Amino acid sequence: MGFDQYHEPPDELPPVTRTFARLCASLTEEAEAIGWYEQRIAVESDPEALAIMHDAQGEEFKHFSMDLEALLRRTPAWRHIAQGVLFQAGDIVEHGDQAEAATFDSDGPGAEGATEDGSLGIGSMRGSAR
Amino acid sequence: MNHLLRSLAPISDSAWQLLDDEARARLTPALAARKLVEFAGPHGWTHSAANLGRTTPLQSAPCEGVNGLQRRVLPLVEVRAPFEVSLAELRDTDRGAPDTDLDALDKAAHHIAVAENIAVFHGWQGAITGISEASPHEPMALGDKPDMYPQPVAGAVERLLHNGISGPYALALGGEQFQRVAQTAEHGGYPLLEHLHKILEGPIVWAPGVRGAIVLSLRGGDFLFDSGQDLSIGYDGHDGDVVRMYLEESFTFRVATAEAAVTLTA
Repeated sequence: MGFDQYHEPPDELPPVTRTFARLCASLTEEAEAIGWYEQRIAVESDPEALAIMHDAQGEEFKHFSMDLEALLRRTPAWRHIAQGVLFQAGDIVEHGDQAEAATFDSDGPGAEGATEDGSLGIGSMRGSAR
Repeated sequence: MNHLLRSLAPISDSAWQLLDDEARARLTPALAARKLVEFAGPHGWTHSAANLGRTTPLQSAPCEGVNGLQRRVLPLVEVRAPFEVSLAELRDTDRGAPDTDLDALDKAAHHIAVAENIAVFHGWQGAITGISEASPHEPMALGDKPDMYPQPVAGAVERLLHNGISGPYALALGGEQFQRVAQTAEHGGYPLLEHLHKILEGPIVWAPGVRGAIVLSLRGGDFLFDSGQDLSIGYDGHDGDVVRMYLEESFTFRVATAEAAVTLTA
């Protein structure tokens, strides 16, 4: 088994970064699986097999969303940009540029706080201790 | 604007960033409880109680032909640590000063982290039952010789195993005990920290506020932290010299499996 989700020597990485990298690897794998199911569904004609594939793809949607939410909770700048892009009607690229500028070109989230509720965004730290 | 009223403070965005970053940096090393127990939420400032799934029979009923039960819940506590920051210091920060005096914020962060740790590990009278209070196991003596710590820690793990509580296990150490462990090498030079890791198969955590130490299982489902508003900086008021602010959170905590921890007394 490989440990190729780490780009740097794992022993030099703090636990919180190793967990972050694992979540990123999971996110990637879920996105790949969603793409694979999409292709299988596009070519499958057996209704029973199709139903199973749709159900399985739904599971991957859930897994992807959970991984993403966990990563966003741990990364205030990413969360801030995502809040400006996700679930917004209109031009996605425009929203992306605006959200990026609001996050990095200003002095930070400022009085709004780093998170939606104005908190410090610390949350759960389980798994961060060695 | 929410209840924290941050937008009303006479503070620039960069100063807010500094305050939030400083608070986060000071809090995260000291928040031992949330490194070890399960954390649900944050559910927001309007979240007032945790569901216990329990009921109390009601002695009376509104009319004949019915009976009633009242749901039992565990109300959240609000914890606030006030502090003041000099407006002149914040203006200097905006000018690029790299050495802003944030001692009052640092102290407030330490106080609220200690309060959270004590509430979870030892309890808060009338509000929260802590892990050591709930544990049915007779406390074990940790002693004052750190190179002897492996004995009671292994004893605590054995007691948990004997009660069917699987690992991995964690060790929450009070400030004094953590310092002793960190600086001690056993006979032959083997670091005590590593020896304890091998016994526990889990983390050893600096837990300011903890009296002695606590060994607890990390298998999950035993210790439940319920967060309303997660740790936040809010604005209280200001005059010409200082801004009055506070660190605040709302939470409660409950022990689902009292047998899953053993207290080690100092």
